Amino acid sequence: MAWSFNNDKPIYLQIAEHIQIDIINGKYVMGEKLPSIRELALDASVNPNTMQKSLSELETSEIVISQRTSGYFVTENSEIISVARKTLADNLIADFFAKITKLGYTTDEAISLILKEKQER
Amino acid sequence: MDSILECQSLIKHYNGFPALFNLNLSLPKGKIIGLLGPNGSGKTTFIKLAAGLLTPSSGVITIDGKLPGVETKAIVSYLPERTYFSQWMKVADLIDFFADFYSDFDRNKALEMLQRLDITTDRALKQLSKGTKEKVQLVLVMSRKAKLFLLDEPIGGVDPAARDYILDTIISNYNEYSTILISTHLIYDIEKTLDEFIFIKSGEAFMQGSVDAVREEKGKTIDQLFREVFRC
Repeated sequence: MAWSFNNDKPIYLQIAEHIQIDIINGKYVMGEKLPSIRELALDASVNPNTMQKSLSELETSEIVISQRTSGYFVTENSEIISVARKTLADNLIADFFAKITKLGYTTDEAISLILKEKQER
Repeated sequence: MDSILECQSLIKHYNGFPALFNLNLSLPKGKIIGLLGPNGSGKTTFIKLAAGLLTPSSGVITIDGKLPGVETKAIVSYLPERTYFSQWMKVADLIDFFADFYSDFDRNKALEMLQRLDITTDRALKQLSKGTKEKVQLVLVMSRKAKLFLLDEPIGGVDPAARDYILDTIISNYNEYSTILISTHLIYDIEKTLDEFIFIKSGEAFMQGSVDAVREEKGKTIDQLFREVFRC
């Protein structure tokens, strides 16, 4: 099944985020070898050059490590994964507040809406 | 030299009617490139010139530094818009045909791909549906180890599931030494497969760039950009 992409961000960044989430939720564990670029590209239905760019991006943030001949591996440093997780959460929250303030809610009103929703669950 | 195809001031007239007007292009090696334009913009004419099926009215087109001819046909794998095989031919005949014509044809690879599609080689083309025929033809074209693949509307006539299969076939056969040029007007379906795009309008290339650069700089998809640029 091809991955789904939205329209406003470069595809290679969306792929990088997708792989980050797979690492955070344990689909790929610490120290594990990632599938080859070709396999990942086919899985995502994108071309291998784009996948290469995504992995380079992840390598820059050190969540994956490239080993010259054998491919890409997930970091063994749990600190880096926690930081990535926190960054993704912060982005989600920022995105949420950006959207809800457009509906005319103040930050405090939005937070109380969240708490109310939590009670009802 | 890092381009596989170059053309300068390429012009093609059909009985005085201009199909390509002053086309200047350079296709880099190792990329999947979309040749995008509305109907009648000159996509097929350009591909036929590159495949050596037409000769330019003026201007120059070179493939790997050579004018189109026997030598370039050996390194170019061309998928025409329409099937050109005789209907009585069996899939096995076509495989022999390709193996005969092209020294870079990989018979095992073709057989493997056909098997995955559940297409048996003893069937005649006339027994196959339009979509299956198109898949067979793509399998043959992609089973060559060519330097340049020219695919004219490979996803035009098939359903979305077959479209995905075709794009996956293109991706899985791509390697860093070959360039794949895909002409289409179905941009949305193909966008994530492409490295670069070329917009062609009234026989002129007027925009060329990287798909992700457009998203990064303009916050737009190629599909959105196309709709803006070609607004009727």
